[in-house]
Amino acid sequence: MRRLAAAALGAFASLAAVADEIPQAERRSGFDAMSAETRAMQVDDTANPGLLWVQDGADLWTRAPASGRPACAGCHGEAATLRGVAARYPAFDEASGAAIDLQGRINHCRREHQGDPPYGHESRELLALSAYLGFQSRGLPIAPPRDPRLDPARAQGAALFRERIGQLGLSCAACHDDNHGRRLGAATIPQGHPTGYPLYRLEWQGLGSVQRRLRNCMTGMRAEPFAYGSAEFVALERYLMDRAAPLPIETPAVRP
Amino acid sequence: MARTLINVPKSAKAGEVVTIKTLISHPMETGFRPGADGRIMARDIITDFACHYDGREVFRAELFPATAANPYLTFTLVAQATGPLTFTWRGDNGFSQTETATLTVT
Repeated sequence: MRRLAAAALGAFASLAAVADEIPQAERRSGFDAMSAETRAMQVDDTANPGLLWVQDGADLWTRAPASGRPACAGCHGEAATLRGVAARYPAFDEASGAAIDLQGRINHCRREHQGDPPYGHESRELLALSAYLGFQSRGLPIAPPRDPRLDPARAQGAALFRERIGQLGLSCAACHDDNHGRRLGAATIPQGHPTGYPLYRLEWQGLGSVQRRLRNCMTGMRAEPFAYGSAEFVALERYLMDRAAPLPIETPAVRP
Repeated sequence: MARTLINVPKSAKAGEVVTIKTLISHPMETGFRPGADGRIMARDIITDFACHYDGREVFRAELFPATAANPYLTFTLVAQATGPLTFTWRGDNGFSQTETATLTVT
């Protein structure tokens, strides 16, 4: 199935230019479509449960790993110096020669520089650290890097976004480009901008990454979800961040 | 120790109604859900919350399995005199946590 999808990718790439992208001035965060109560929950730092993970992340930032090598703070210093990082990721990774997202970067650092096994996907630790880093960039506009080496990931992400998949024959674009603002059952379809990840979803009763959200959507489309950390997801994340710029980072956001 | 977020106004006038907000990190496992192995996971919830103002109980809540994870409780009280606010959560498996804050009345 996946190999077929990869083969079809080339064919769909030509269609990519045809579909309409949302103009920058009309881009809206899912925040705007939420109820007043949920919005109030997000903007109040003593009511937003995502801040519990941010506090955990602040602890992990200064805690030395089991290997005895420096903690994150040992090399990077104050986390505030990384303000803006979450607004530009996924970035190009020299070592692997491919795009890498923030969670991938955290685990890469952990493996290479701290000599500890990487955190599991959706583990409390990985979510806490990425929420803490995202929190440093809260309020900053998403600023995609102009690195041409990211172009293949961008193109792959754009193609995946428009590719019809699953038993229902839906694509991301079919809802989030063509029908945003309309309803899918009781829910308003958002434009699908990943401005606040990792975010606290009331339905999850916990924090989750953008990949968890994408897997959720793919299951709903009755498609086989990509694996956590796969190149497809990183490419999609890159494209989604380009598509969302220059909306501000909201991490940790709250969504119903 | 579970993480908590507590919002008490820095100061209040005597007789003023102030809003207190509390949030605690807790899974609130209902005791009805099967785990990955198919077995029902044991109940693990907070069952009781109380707030004392200057030693006097001003708010109490009982919680049940239908309460969502990370319970958020907000309530009001009348500021009378500067004094400590004590928040206590108790629950299954001997869970007990107490946090304090000070309400300054001017």
